[in-house]
Amino acid sequence: MVELVVFVLMGGGALAGGVTVIKARNPVYSAMGLLGTLFAIAVLYVMQLAHFVAAVQVIVYAGAVLTLFLFVIMMVGVDKEEDVRETIPHQRRLALALGLIAIGIVASLVARGRFAWVPVASAAADPQATNGTVQALAEPMFTDWVLAFEATALLLTIAAAGTIALASFRRPVADTAAERTGV
Amino acid sequence: MSLVVTSGWYMTLAAVLFALGALGILIRRNALVMFMCIELMLNAVNLTFVAAGRALGNLDGQLAVFFVLVVAAAEVVVGLAIIVAIFRRRQSASVDELSELAG
Amino acid sequence: MSQFLWIIIALPLASAVFLHFAGRRIGEPRAGYLATLSVAGSFALALGAALPFFQGESHGVTVNIWEWMPAIGAALEINWDPLAALMTLIITGVGALIHLYAIGYMHGEARFTRFFVYLNLFVASMLTLVLAGNFAMLFMGWELVGLCSFLLISFWSTRPSANAAGKKAFVVNRIGDFGFLVGLMLIFATFSTLSYAGIFERAEEVLSPGMATAIGLLILIGAAGKSAQIPLYVWLPDAMEGPTPVSALIHAATMVTAGVYVIARSAVIFEISPIAGPIVATVGAATALWAATIALAQKDIKRVLAYSTISQLGYMFLAVGAAGHVAGVFHLMTHAFFKALLFLGAGSVIHGMADEQNMEKMGGLRKAMPITAVTMLIGTIAISGIPPLAGFWSKDEILGVAFSRGGWFWVLWIVGLVTALITAFYMTRQFVLVFLGEPRWTEGVHPHESPRTMTLPLIALAGLSIVGGLLNTPFRTALEHFLEPSFELVALTHPPEGLGMFVLLAGLSTLAGLAGAGAAFLTYNRPAELWGRFEAAFGRTWTLWSEGYRVDDLYWATLVKPGLRAAEAAAFRFDTPIIDGAVNGAGRLVRAAASKGRGLQTGMVRSYGALFAAGTVAVIGWIIWRGA
Repeated sequence: MVELVVFVLMGGGALAGGVTVIKARNPVYSAMGLLGTLFAIAVLYVMQLAHFVAAVQVIVYAGAVLTLFLFVIMMVGVDKEEDVRETIPHQRRLALALGLIAIGIVASLVARGRFAWVPVASAAADPQATNGTVQALAEPMFTDWVLAFEATALLLTIAAAGTIALASFRRPVADTAAERTGV
Repeated sequence: MSLVVTSGWYMTLAAVLFALGALGILIRRNALVMFMCIELMLNAVNLTFVAAGRALGNLDGQLAVFFVLVVAAAEVVVGLAIIVAIFRRRQSASVDELSELAG
Repeated sequence: MSQFLWIIIALPLASAVFLHFAGRRIGEPRAGYLATLSVAGSFALALGAALPFFQGESHGVTVNIWEWMPAIGAALEINWDPLAALMTLIITGVGALIHLYAIGYMHGEARFTRFFVYLNLFVASMLTLVLAGNFAMLFMGWELVGLCSFLLISFWSTRPSANAAGKKAFVVNRIGDFGFLVGLMLIFATFSTLSYAGIFERAEEVLSPGMATAIGLLILIGAAGKSAQIPLYVWLPDAMEGPTPVSALIHAATMVTAGVYVIARSAVIFEISPIAGPIVATVGAATALWAATIALAQKDIKRVLAYSTISQLGYMFLAVGAAGHVAGVFHLMTHAFFKALLFLGAGSVIHGMADEQNMEKMGGLRKAMPITAVTMLIGTIAISGIPPLAGFWSKDEILGVAFSRGGWFWVLWIVGLVTALITAFYMTRQFVLVFLGEPRWTEGVHPHESPRTMTLPLIALAGLSIVGGLLNTPFRTALEHFLEPSFELVALTHPPEGLGMFVLLAGLSTLAGLAGAGAAFLTYNRPAELWGRFEAAFGRTWTLWSEGYRVDDLYWATLVKPGLRAAEAAAFRFDTPIIDGAVNGAGRLVRAAASKGRGLQTGMVRSYGALFAAGTVAVIGWIIWRGA
């Protein structure tokens, strides 16, 4: 009962956030919608006993990534309102159709009972098996999945280096020009 | 009424969110909003992973989510840097103007 | 010995290949000497290999070199029998002398070594033709000599007339070759093989007279092309565009005799057919008379000899058509001697007169070029059939063969007799115009005798023209005994027996020759206006003769022009619009399709995204639909 209510509320919230993302004209409004979706999904994670992941979601995704988005929106154009007219013919109709088909595929699979698995808080399942505490996650991560772990560390380093390279690209040109004009 | 919330429900929700994200990419012209829609899609995928892990009875799903999160974060960093670099020149955030590879 | 026979062909061939690559470094005259030596080497080898035939011991061998196309009985094999040996000796012997002559004649020529490459290649090809043991290899040699002829006629390729002459020779030959090829197909259809061994011995049982006639006539078409008989002779006068050694070797002594050789070789087939032989003889006699009349009125020294060659070839065809194959081959041999002599002599005159070829601008050259004059005189007497020189014996044997066949052949005998008179006339006319009388040449021309490399072959050939006839007199038929093994399966025609008949016939032909020679001498050994009046007395006939009865114009109007028009139609009305159009159209189609396809590349990210998404949904949907 509780799950149902939470699911409906949070699910609805996620959907509402998603719709806001794609419909809002102001990019800041879209960011806010994304924030709502992220929170709703975090709650849904908790519902499925994925505690650690929920925490990380809020801290990293909502806290860092979304904040970064807002920074860039401010830098690039916070008050630019987008032109709503569609330039590519049939684009909207095609997009809608594809979306509906995708949903339809999944829905049909669910309806056929492919995913009628163990309910969330059923006594038949072993709740502890998927209890995503820090200890429980740490064990496989540093044994079976340690390679992926190290690889992601490398990935982050590369991403940071790349971003610095991208960001500092324009400096030398400006400097030379300044020198030439004797400023 | 005793509706039990099974993993299938979560997956359906994730599918709808995914479709919304895809829709957003195809429709919106603002590069930042398109990026946000990508994040939406990634989140939907994460939800699917957790639900499937829960249904199969082990923690692999949540581990996968962990790594997807890391990669998504790195991707956002680099992607936003690119967007900033491109749009410093043009003063416009519309993706439609980036059509020099036409023909 | 027989395992070395292939060297006969290989020597000139190897020399040709070597000179092609290294000739320029050797330079003249060494390249010329090398070429001459290779042909002389083949001669020596052939002489050694022919010894058994001289002693009457062997019937000939067949040496297989390579199984080329066993399914049709074609192999690279050498058929060494007396006939082949004789032809080889003529080709290499006279050929070597002409090679030697060419060293002096082509002196200073820019493409000196290239000339000898072609000459050697020709000798190798001609040897392939006569030494072949099957019709396929013969045809290969046949085509190759045609090619070499083309290359050599148009040797001075900067002259448009030379190129035109080369083309004409090749095209007319091709017509003959087509007939020949159909004949070969019929042979194969009848005998299931092209090998001599499988044909001539079985011919009696397998070949019907009708089929034999068909094959014989088709071979005649091929022979008429190669040996310049009516109606395919028109290329030979034009072929005089080539250097004189070429005219001597190819268009007098060897290549043009290929047709006679083929008919002699296929004697069995002609014997089975009732009318093929007589038709061959009629064509030969008619051509002999026709060409002789044209030769009467020619002013170019080489053209007289060209038409003379056509006429003498007609005699050979008359002989083999009457189944007098020995007589025909005998005349082939003596003709090689004196016609080569005459051509080389003409070349010597042209060389000494700084490339002047018009006889009306010569005269009195006997003082400036004594050796040439004497040898040309010997050649003239020989061809006129005056005993005891070579031409008399062979021509007389041919006339004797025609006489003894009887019936229709008596008409041909009379034609041959009249032609002998005309032959003597025009040859004496040529000699008188060039060497006797008063000089008529223009200022600045200094006629001189030719160098030793050119006069030596003249002297050698003159000697052969004197004694060559003694090889087959009625008193001692040495050549016939020599050739007997090659004609075992055929009933040869012989001249009439008996001393009385011989004296009668010989006397008649000698009389004709002397009459012709005398008449020409009396007419032309005079001031120029007098013989001008003689020629004018014939009126339009003389003009007709000098223009060759305008046969070239006839062919142009009836065959060449329609042919050209058909070619133009094919090229511009079919090939360009339809075939080119199809190919270009395919290109245009691709371009149009690509143009349409390019519409997908808008450069718009969102369009690409839409396509991407559509594709993904389709693939996943299909997978799930298949799996679920």
